[in-house]
Amino acid sequence: MEPTEHTIEVENLYKRYGKLEAVAGISFGVKKGQIVGFLGPNGAGKSTTMRILTGYTQASSGIARICGFPVACHPHEIKRRIGYMPENNPLPLELRVREYLKCRARLKELPLRHRGKRVDEVMERCDLTRARDRIIGKLSKGFRQRVGIADAILAHPEVIIMDEPTIGLDPHQVIMIRDLIASLKGKMSVIISSHILPEIEMTCDQVMIINGGKIVGQGTPNELRETFIDSTIYELEINGDLADLRESLRRVAANLEVAQFAEADERGFSKVTIRIPGNHDYGEMLFSCLSDNPLIRARSLRKREAPLEDVFLAATRRSWETLDTELASNSDDADSENAPKEVPAES
Amino acid sequence: MRHFTTLLRNELWRLFINPSTYIAAFLFLLIMGFLFQLILLDYAGDPKEDNPSITFFNLFFVPVFFMVPLLTMRSIAEERAAGTIETLMTTPVTATEVILSKFCAGYIYYGVLWAFTASFHILFYSFVQEDSLFDPYPIIGGYAYIAVSGTLFLSLGIFASSLTRSQLVAGIVSFSLVFGFIVVGSFLDELALPWANQPQWIELLANHTDVLQHMRDFSSGVIDTRAIVLYSSCSMAFLFLSILILEYREGAC
Repeated sequence: MEPTEHTIEVENLYKRYGKLEAVAGISFGVKKGQIVGFLGPNGAGKSTTMRILTGYTQASSGIARICGFPVACHPHEIKRRIGYMPENNPLPLELRVREYLKCRARLKELPLRHRGKRVDEVMERCDLTRARDRIIGKLSKGFRQRVGIADAILAHPEVIIMDEPTIGLDPHQVIMIRDLIASLKGKMSVIISSHILPEIEMTCDQVMIINGGKIVGQGTPNELRETFIDSTIYELEINGDLADLRESLRRVAANLEVAQFAEADERGFSKVTIRIPGNHDYGEMLFSCLSDNPLIRARSLRKREAPLEDVFLAATRRSWETLDTELASNSDDADSENAPKEVPAES
Repeated sequence: MRHFTTLLRNELWRLFINPSTYIAAFLFLLIMGFLFQLILLDYAGDPKEDNPSITFFNLFFVPVFFMVPLLTMRSIAEERAAGTIETLMTTPVTATEVILSKFCAGYIYYGVLWAFTASFHILFYSFVQEDSLFDPYPIIGGYAYIAVSGTLFLSLGIFASSLTRSQLVAGIVSFSLVFGFIVVGSFLDELALPWANQPQWIELLANHTDVLQHMRDFSSGVIDTRAIVLYSSCSMAFLFLSILILEYREGAC
């Protein structure tokens, strides 16, 4: 890993709270201008990793570097380079929006002559100009969330870390925030965590799935799909009998499975979902098989991309299974010292 | 210390716009006014040797017991409970700047509250008989003592607040520390009963920590540097401890 290439580097990071390992050996790198999404169930270690990156929490072992500076030795250097929005977005409720952002600009060492202009600029970008003189405590959740985001991008940081930035926003605001984050692409490195999976898929170049303090999946959304989803799904609309359809599709692949067969609509067409194990393109074969059979008329054929949700569920399930096998083998070891060690079965 | 003024300005501004600041100030002045009036009523019935201002200053611990915990318990504990400490400590500020700005803002407010009580003395002296002797030195000494001891009491409060995320716990700890310092410090020699014959050093120590004696000294015009050293060194020690706690818990250096 070249320090010039990666703005965020994490090597073998551990964080233990007593016996609990919140982060258990995470390593990754984020290039300049990349947007990375953290996915994981609650308690997976996303927030802890983010806090370690900001220097707020100290890691038990391992190295985290921001722009080449180790977080533990140079907390001040890295704090000048990050914009952080914590989980639940804490804000001082008695201040006005503009007051708060101006104060944050001073704390973040923005030069005096740019300060007012920059505050106006981020308020404009986050659509806060209407609410500039309102008290933060009286704002709706969506506005507060945008105040937090405005604060994170305020001082042109090289690295932006946002813990669930789109939580509690309505679809319009989500689209606005998504555009905002997308506009940062190429200029700043961004790490966001979210439960809203389509969000991550649309904005992020890289997705990291974390579970039990470990990275269980890493790559672009498409790469993850290839790793974790081992079947191809097609949706068709046909006019005909299910048995005939099965018969004619047997030629495409032996282990093809009709997952869903809906009731026919008024014109006699029904929606069918078929699943074929393995990642291949069967589109052409499906077309030719369907057109060969005179009893079946097809109206549409569409390949369905597995949603990131399925990838997420598959990845976390797989890591839990591994964890369970490890736990089981550990307890077996404890029961009988001399027993042969059980090899955890890979799913 | 680059961010100290920014933080202090922000703290003072937040005090300024908060209605509870004014309510607390109003109640403080009400209670102090009642105390002063009671003293004057007492003097009207039964002539005494001391100046009423001195008697007033000797009751300084009454407002200290409730004002100091109320003033300081919010400072760090509230930020921690709300989570704003996380956004604060991830900007390039140091724990020293945060603690000192909280302390100074509290101290300024505390000072302003006491400054208002000066009006009691002004009113009193503007209505006394013309031939009565006006002696400003006990008043100056009394306020000097309030200023010096305030550093310690507020630093005890800030220390208590930095220990926890619950304002209630911070308030109780702060009250116990202030109460302990004033009461135990003043009656140290009486409290050291287990020793049948008290060692010499207890008596020496008790001479140094007698808060009520310090007040009597100051309000009779004796500015004792030993007391000044005691209060300022203890307050610095507690502020230092608060900085260490904040650095340890919130990971800032």
